[in-house]
Amino acid sequence: MSKDQGGPDAFEERLRAARQRQGLEPRPPTPGQDAGDQGPSALAVGMRVSVELVSALAVACAIGWGLDRLLGTRPWFLIAFVPLGGAAGVLNVWRMFAPRRGAGPADTKHSPPPAGR
Amino acid sequence: MAAPGKIDALSQFKLYPALGPLGHMGFSQSNVMMVVATVLALGLLWLGMRPRAMVPGRLQSAAEMLYEFAYNMSVETIGPEGRRFFPFIFTLFLFLLFGNLLGVFPYFYTFASGIVVTLALTLMVVILTTLVGLWIHKLHFFSYFVPQGVPKALLVLLVPIEVISYLSRIISLSVRLFANMMAGHVMLEVFGAFVIMLGGLGIAGWLPAGLALGVNTILIGFEVLVAVLQAYVFAILSCIYLHDAVHLH
Repeated sequence: MSKDQGGPDAFEERLRAARQRQGLEPRPPTPGQDAGDQGPSALAVGMRVSVELVSALAVACAIGWGLDRLLGTRPWFLIAFVPLGGAAGVLNVWRMFAPRRGAGPADTKHSPPPAGR
Repeated sequence: MAAPGKIDALSQFKLYPALGPLGHMGFSQSNVMMVVATVLALGLLWLGMRPRAMVPGRLQSAAEMLYEFAYNMSVETIGPEGRRFFPFIFTLFLFLLFGNLLGVFPYFYTFASGIVVTLALTLMVVILTTLVGLWIHKLHFFSYFVPQGVPKALLVLLVPIEVISYLSRIISLSVRLFANMMAGHVMLEVFGAFVIMLGGLGIAGWLPAGLALGVNTILIGFEVLVAVLQAYVFAILSCIYLHDAVHLH
């Protein structure tokens, strides 16, 4: 049995390949495919981007206004937080399109499942 | 209903007391729909899984597919720890899925079209993720807000930006669900009003009225898609936030 020399890992690998051929296992997620066949529509993307931008700005304004109200320094914190909110919005949008570092599927493959939980 | 010649698209979102005496305690038709959605979701799982057949029937297939879909989503997105959060994600997903789908029926209310409801759900998710992060990483969790490989002087600027970005999830997550559900129902109402108004114009208005009715028919199909998609988006974003809390990036 030359194929068994790889040990249990090779067996797992062959089992997975066989299951995949039979369609028993979900396909491994390939980049660019998991968002549907043609991807989200331009309108949906635009909607998401605008929501991200506006929500960060709204939170920043709320924080700045609240701090001003607490400390009686109106309008300085509001002025300081509005550009920060804009930057946070851009950061949100960047996070939306940037490749995710150490995303889920890679973790499930490499780290062993927690035993006995 | 609206006066003739006026499109009244927003009165459908008005809350009114439901169920008589209960209504005076603030129990609105929105709450009734939540109860109905929960009962339907539980009923599908309970009735579907009762046969416990090796070869599942229709209901059992539906229940199993939903279960496996949510399970795969939480495990693949969060990682192996996702198993612990799977009940939460599954509940959230089913609740929103049934609520949104019920909202497509005439005379039914979509509870996700109220910002109060989606905001409450979002706060639940964000507070849970924060507590999970604090629970797993203790005080080390706050390093999430400190980007790595950055000059120390810039941290004064970057830490507030990260905190704002974290907090803005509350708004973006709730507004996304709320706006999608509300916009769809406003469109349905507007085109429905077109049908009536154009149909009232006499024979010349029948063709455009028919067109508007056709658009409404397409919109209903579109609404079903949006209902499922938004429930999925809410659940997967909750998974992504939980992944961030568990793994800190």
